[in-house]
Amino acid sequence: MLRIHSLIKTLPGKPPRTLFDRLSLQVERGECVAIVGESGAGKSTLLNCIAGLDVADGGSIVIGAQEVCGLDDDRLARLRRAHFGFVFQAFHVLPHLSVLHNVALPLWLLRVADDEADARAQAMLERVGLGGRGADAPQVLSGGELQRVAIARALVHKPSVVLADEPTGNLDPERAAGVLGLLLEQIREGGAAGILVTHSRTAAARADRVLELRRGLLVDVGSTT
Amino acid sequence: MRSVLRRIFVASLLKRRLGSALSLLSIALGVALGLAVQIIHGAALAEFGQGVRRMSGVADLQVVGPREGFDEALYVRLAQRPEVAEASPVVEVDALVPGLSAPLRILGVDLFRVAAVEPQLLPVAEDKVGAGAGAESDRLAALRQDAVFLSAEAEASLFDDQGGVGTSAPRRLTVQSGLRLQELEVAGKLPGARARIGVMDIAAAQDSFDRAGLLTRIDLRLAAGVTPGQALAALTPLLPAGVVLRTVDEAATEAANLSRAYRVNLNMLAAIALLTGGFLVFSAQWLAVVRRRREFAVLRALGLERGQLVRGLLAEGATLGCAGGLLGVALGHGLAALAFRFAGADLGAGFFQGVVPALHFDPLSSTAYLLLGIAAGVGGTWAPAREAARVVPARALHAAGLPASAGGSGQGRTFAALAVLAAAVAASLLPAVGGIPVGGYASVVLILAAAILALPPLAMLASRLLAAGRWPVWRLVRARFVASPQQVVVAAAGVVASVALASAMAIMVNSFRLSVDDWLTQVLPADLYLRASSASASGYLDDAALQRIRALPGVAGVDAVRAINLRLDADSTPVTLLARPVAQGWGLPLVDGTRTPAHDARRPPAWISEAIADARALKPGDRLDLPIAGALHAFTVAGIWRDYARQHGAVVIERADYVALSGDGRINDISLRLADVGDGDRVASALRELFGSDRVEIARPGEIRAVTLQIFDRTFLITYLMEAVAVAIGLFGIATTFAAQAATRKGEFGMLRHLGFTRRDVGRLLALEGSLACLMGVLAGLLGGGGVSVVLVEVINRQSFHWSMDYAVPWRALGLFALGLVVLAGVVARLAGAHAMRRSAVLVVKEDW
Repeated sequence: MLRIHSLIKTLPGKPPRTLFDRLSLQVERGECVAIVGESGAGKSTLLNCIAGLDVADGGSIVIGAQEVCGLDDDRLARLRRAHFGFVFQAFHVLPHLSVLHNVALPLWLLRVADDEADARAQAMLERVGLGGRGADAPQVLSGGELQRVAIARALVHKPSVVLADEPTGNLDPERAAGVLGLLLEQIREGGAAGILVTHSRTAAARADRVLELRRGLLVDVGSTT
Repeated sequence: MRSVLRRIFVASLLKRRLGSALSLLSIALGVALGLAVQIIHGAALAEFGQGVRRMSGVADLQVVGPREGFDEALYVRLAQRPEVAEASPVVEVDALVPGLSAPLRILGVDLFRVAAVEPQLLPVAEDKVGAGAGAESDRLAALRQDAVFLSAEAEASLFDDQGGVGTSAPRRLTVQSGLRLQELEVAGKLPGARARIGVMDIAAAQDSFDRAGLLTRIDLRLAAGVTPGQALAALTPLLPAGVVLRTVDEAATEAANLSRAYRVNLNMLAAIALLTGGFLVFSAQWLAVVRRRREFAVLRALGLERGQLVRGLLAEGATLGCAGGLLGVALGHGLAALAFRFAGADLGAGFFQGVVPALHFDPLSSTAYLLLGIAAGVGGTWAPAREAARVVPARALHAAGLPASAGGSGQGRTFAALAVLAAAVAASLLPAVGGIPVGGYASVVLILAAAILALPPLAMLASRLLAAGRWPVWRLVRARFVASPQQVVVAAAGVVASVALASAMAIMVNSFRLSVDDWLTQVLPADLYLRASSASASGYLDDAALQRIRALPGVAGVDAVRAINLRLDADSTPVTLLARPVAQGWGLPLVDGTRTPAHDARRPPAWISEAIADARALKPGDRLDLPIAGALHAFTVAGIWRDYARQHGAVVIERADYVALSGDGRINDISLRLADVGDGDRVASALRELFGSDRVEIARPGEIRAVTLQIFDRTFLITYLMEAVAVAIGLFGIATTFAAQAATRKGEFGMLRHLGFTRRDVGRLLALEGSLACLMGVLAGLLGGGGVSVVLVEVINRQSFHWSMDYAVPWRALGLFALGLVVLAGVVARLAGAHAMRRSAVLVVKEDW
């Protein structure tokens, strides 16, 4: 589903710093890969490059059959709209939209009919355990609930790739475990390729594979399947 | 606390440089405009008042009457009274100088009296200049029939190399009396005078200007121990009708009264510009408070009291106001200096022509406006500070804490807006206080407040009316509107005030201009006009001239107008009496009454202008006593007419009645009806040949209309400039609001980019939000402006200037203005948010990654 081949990225400076040195990665449908690494190793930049929000100096990133590198801004936006789902550490839920509409937002972008969008968003909310909260304003939800809204939003349009950054970084361990379990379950059920960036070895251990970004390359540090 | 104030609160202004700078600038502009208007008019009034006092010398009281003069026998009666120590008779004539547009004021004085009462008017003969004034030879030289003594100002204007009309030595000056030209010799100077005047012997002046036996003023010095009050009581019964006794200070303040309404109006415009600046501070501070929610929560958690938080934020506002105020004071003096140089002391309105004031630092006004600047800063911060104090620290500190959607009660605000509107209506019904429409101004402020209060409900209503649509950008914009009407208030508050001001002024000026145009059509029905001079100047025509004009080929009919000034009572400023044919078809723009009343020989008809009708509460059928030729004569008010030319009032009577009562057959203006309108040029040439082209003015109605409208537009130029400043400040508000909002919404924009929004989409989102916020502001502003314009037309103008006008809305211009502003706001919002939309902004979402 997601194939990264010989990705090169150098950060400017004196001397320039090589972030990715012919980095390669393949993630299949329904598979979830955890990436760990020291701060500054380049985990964020890798996610940016995959999503087309940062530009690599060389190599190739392919989603399905679509090459990401070299696309212009508009095509990248359309690609993200159709094929990507994102879960952020800080939730980034829009306060002026209801919970249901926050989840339906990606479907609006894909011009899905309103009734269908609402129905799919409602179904997604039920899958994350918030079926009765669709009409609520985000302000009345707890942190764990907000992250579940963010997960529902990331998956509602059945993306090919789900990128999650420290999705449990703002949650207590008990809620973190629940939210992470939900995320992985939805990724696998939806048949998406998931990449989970985390500092938590415990969280990483729940992914199918754990890779460490070290000196510009991904090193397999364990497989859970 | 002082350290916290400095490091946390005031220092934050430096961090928000753009917002702080725009807020500061808007306050500075408001202060500068207000102070400049104050300084300009203050200096002009002071100079004018000093001029009046200097001209009055050491006189305690002045006797003044109509500009045409009163019987000189009064001088003898007053001079013999025990209350009077010295009396000095004066004849004032505005002498027409062929070739110059401005007449020269010539004072005929009794050279043997003037030293005791008006020493500054003492002439010095040409060959004695420098030897001191008042020598016997000077007086003898001055007694010559053709001798005139000029002040330095008069000499400069008459004998300069460029525009002067006098000849070189021996210097002679040609003046016009009636249609006759007369040569005067400049016999010396007036070292003590500080105005553009000339002095002659009183008998020579009376002879030269056909004022035999008439005086226009008597200056009195009272006997020792007699107070002005005692003298007023004793002497007033001796005065004939239309002649009044007043103190010199009252004479000086008459000029102030003439221009007071105009000055107050300009000050109000400046105040609204400052108010708009206050709203901008409100927008900037509100957004800063939203942005610093967590900072304040931390401070509160660390022990900062709620009151300290409020005081700290108010200190921020005060600092902005103080800095803006100081900048405004400097700018205001600069603007005043520019105005003195390019627009004149009256800002183009014509009240203080010829007055050349000097610019001085005005500590009192400067301090007052500095305090107003601080008040705008503190006032603008008040609501945001209270909002900040209301935030619950625990909630704000919570990691998941989202900013609450400040929806407020739309219904509550609607009621509040309606209540304030009702108060505005009530205020507009109040009468003027001392000639100032205080209730009208209060109504304007209340309408503006109602318009701002109406913003959230208006936004709610609009959000319901806005079609849902399927375009995601539109849906997000709409959702934000529905969820946070408060955001609209913050962004659009400044726009409301400035649009209300601009649209109200546009409606008022349009109504006024169309009414003036219509009025000109009515008052200028003839084909050609001939003028010898205005009401008070020395030129005039007579019946013989009228007959000669009537006999000219191509002339189908002529009508004559005599214009003189009258004092209806001691307290009021002079009004103009126009003696002319009315019933015979002359245009008179009546708003009430009839042009053809029933004949009553005992009480002939008079048609009064709205100013007199308002000031004296007169209506058709009422009795009006007019002082003509020293006696009061009863007239019946036959009608009320609209007059835009004379702010303090005018009365029209039939010329035949005037001639019968006064014996004065002189004529100022003649209107000609031509057999063939196309003959205008030929008849004008014949008239110039008949009287001399430099002694009469000849104009077609079209020319008079063009000049009048040109003067009208020049008078309103300063108000257009002030409106432009207010609108610019309103747009500053949009820019600051959206720059600050975009900065706080970087995360949101980043998330949207992740979900598939293009950078252009985010730009469109911002532009649409800006345009919609502005549209709400513009709608509320137009509604408010409509209300304010009604108050301006029906209350403020009516009470200030006593002018009615036909209400006319310039729909097309307002529509274009509103559309332009909405589009501009979109562009401004898009530009203001550009920083937050850059690629680095997208990374904001991943700052935590």
